[in-house]
Amino acid sequence: MAKALMNYLDPGAIILGVEAGNDQDVIRILSDRLHSLGYVKPSFAAAVLAREAALPTGLPLGLDNNVAIPHTDPEHVLKPGLAMATLCRPVAFCNMEDPEEKLQVSVVFLMALNDKDQQIEMLQEIALTIQSADTISALMRSTTVDDVTRLLA
Amino acid sequence: MTKQKTVLFACGTGIATSTVVAHAVEDALKERGITFNSRQCKATEVAGQIDDVDLVVSTTQLPKDLGKPVITTLAFLTGIGKAEALDKIEAVLRA
Repeated sequence: MAKALMNYLDPGAIILGVEAGNDQDVIRILSDRLHSLGYVKPSFAAAVLAREAALPTGLPLGLDNNVAIPHTDPEHVLKPGLAMATLCRPVAFCNMEDPEEKLQVSVVFLMALNDKDQQIEMLQEIALTIQSADTISALMRSTTVDDVTRLLA
Repeated sequence: MTKQKTVLFACGTGIATSTVVAHAVEDALKERGITFNSRQCKATEVAGQIDDVDLVVSTTQLPKDLGKPVITTLAFLTGIGKAEALDKIEAVLRA
């Protein structure tokens, strides 16, 4: 079974209360963090932005706070990792299942993946996390990285 | 025993959401007594991989008229509508 998400989420890549104008801002902020922490190549941010424009990653949760899980192809990744942002105001991401539909997203998980068989537990743990409305609202209320660490440990 | 059916799991990159969905569907259908062959690919690769496939399960939009049953669902990521999605998949695999 999946392990706790903090096993995959670098505390240095948790950014709370981000003020972002749009989905691209959030992706750039989180990509910069993964790059400075050594998880991804300089090409990662542009690749994620291109992929998001062509194949969006917003997930409708039926809540006020929807989630997006941007990511891209393995060649832009140095080692697997995960970054997370909560947004002080939601921004629009398009729905993965229906790109015509815009979702108001407040929590973003940026995934650096390079081997699906090795990262299945991380992927499953993200899915488990977003399937819990309680966890998503607690994440939105978190004001410190310690809050998040306690919540997702 | 009839030949095992093959399910193709598709998503944008072929590595992220299709991996979650494939594992979730395999586990859930095993509990319902169904096993199947499983493959993954990018949404853009589905048309070229469809010949021996009985069902495509995708998290993202696919070209129309692939000639095989297609179920597009986020249920295995968001948890919303999971039972209904499994029922649909089971119906195709038992047909």
